[in-house]
Amino acid sequence: MDAIATKPAELLPTQEASVHTNTRELLDHANRDAKRRGLEDWLIVDIDAHHVESVSWNQIVHYIEDPVQRAAALDYHKNRVGAPPYGLSGDLGLRYQSVGGRIPHQDDQKEVVEDKSVHRDVTLTRRAMEGLAVDYMVVFPTPMLFLGLHPQTRMEVILARAYTRWTIDNLLRADPRIKTFLYLPFNEPDECVRMIEDFADEPGIIGLTVPSVRHKPVHHNAYMKVYAMAEERGLPVAFHAGYHWQDQSLATVNQFLGMHALGFVWCNMIHMTNWVLNGIPERFPGLKSLWVESGLAWVPFLMQRLDDQFLMRQSEAPLLKRLPSEYMSEHCFYTSQPMEKTHPRALQSTFEMIKAETQLLYSSDWPHFDFDTPGTIADIPFIDEQAKRNILGLNAARLFNLPTEPVKRL
Amino acid sequence: MRYYVAEESEIGDGERRVVSCDGKEIGVFRVKGRLFAWHNRCVHQNGPVCQGRIYNRVVEPVAEDGTTRFQEYDAETFHLVCPWHGYEYDIETGQHPGNPRVRLRAAKLEIEDGSIYVSA
Repeated sequence: MDAIATKPAELLPTQEASVHTNTRELLDHANRDAKRRGLEDWLIVDIDAHHVESVSWNQIVHYIEDPVQRAAALDYHKNRVGAPPYGLSGDLGLRYQSVGGRIPHQDDQKEVVEDKSVHRDVTLTRRAMEGLAVDYMVVFPTPMLFLGLHPQTRMEVILARAYTRWTIDNLLRADPRIKTFLYLPFNEPDECVRMIEDFADEPGIIGLTVPSVRHKPVHHNAYMKVYAMAEERGLPVAFHAGYHWQDQSLATVNQFLGMHALGFVWCNMIHMTNWVLNGIPERFPGLKSLWVESGLAWVPFLMQRLDDQFLMRQSEAPLLKRLPSEYMSEHCFYTSQPMEKTHPRALQSTFEMIKAETQLLYSSDWPHFDFDTPGTIADIPFIDEQAKRNILGLNAARLFNLPTEPVKRL
Repeated sequence: MRYYVAEESEIGDGERRVVSCDGKEIGVFRVKGRLFAWHNRCVHQNGPVCQGRIYNRVVEPVAEDGTTRFQEYDAETFHLVCPWHGYEYDIETGQHPGNPRVRLRAAKLEIEDGSIYVSA
């Protein structure tokens, strides 16, 4: 009888992942999957990843232009005990994203970073780009996405400007592969204009973003100057979704699962409804809107709902010359994450309705609990390779004038 | 090809060894005295499931009148949780508690003269 060939297995360095695990090691499977799929030669643009800007808040407050607020913030961070970041609004302890610590990278990234020549967030972003095989990564803030509900609208302006100046100095100038969208303090339209005038030409800023959690109507006349500027400069406007526990329409929801499932969609459903029914795509035909982090399943629902209602009540939306769904599939772009994958036939129908081959852009949402790897697109069975290449990078390159040649090394 | 993982006595209850077998990763777990071996690939997005944290299953007792109050841990059921996205699997069955069709892929496990071997 032949002896069974045996050799020792190699113990993996990390037996149990934690907040201290290196991002490259944690994403090793994604990196290896990308190599196996041959994605090194594909342009991959991640339109929505995050850093946790509040970790650096004691640095960011130095960038506040208002000297009174700057002095108050510096004093606050120096002396106030147990203080959350100065001026930030939000829900403090209602942060259940990691499911009780089951998903450690959502809680923190306490890994060792040796490189002191750049900000720590640059290194973490580079590691994420390597792990996910990404060429360019658009980085969004995190707690600031709640600022649209700030009771002091001027504070949103102050903090948006400080954050933008800090980001330019510390992230964008450190690595040309890191990109961002310019935060618009949407509660003060005139300040949105100033933001564009002051910062939109900075290298690394490739679009504009409106954090969607807010109660301002996107069709208000006060915003038309902002949209005209965005259209003229070729800057897409990205509506980044979020949730908040104070939303009265969601007041009965008692689990984060439900809050996240609905909240991250609800805000963009409302903005999209107003965007289309008030004819913004007709008024600004060259303006591109991008709908971020709401997943995709809501889009076919809203298309069907609005089309049916519009045909019965056309006189209420006289600016529209076509069906709402046609504006949504031709003037609007969507990011993929968190892509609903559990019902493949529904997903296929969604891809067809949104014209995914030209309108869909890959996003990871790293390091959040529901992040998607590029494999979620590369593995889709019902689209061809060109469609996958478009979604993973080429659509973004067209929309944001990025180079189409990959720059990553796996 | 089979791969030597450890001596049986080296993996205590609740402990694990996650190993690479020439690039194919396998996790060996001991639960309630028994050993189980699963491939380190979450069925969701290929996450490193065997390197996730282990939790007791969460249950929510329902009283006779249909009401609930608090959640509890099931002391007898242990879940392996993928650290990427939180997919949970019963370590003994490899099944997701919310959908038994979602399950881990078992690796061949052999114990010979007190030594643990797996086949990739």
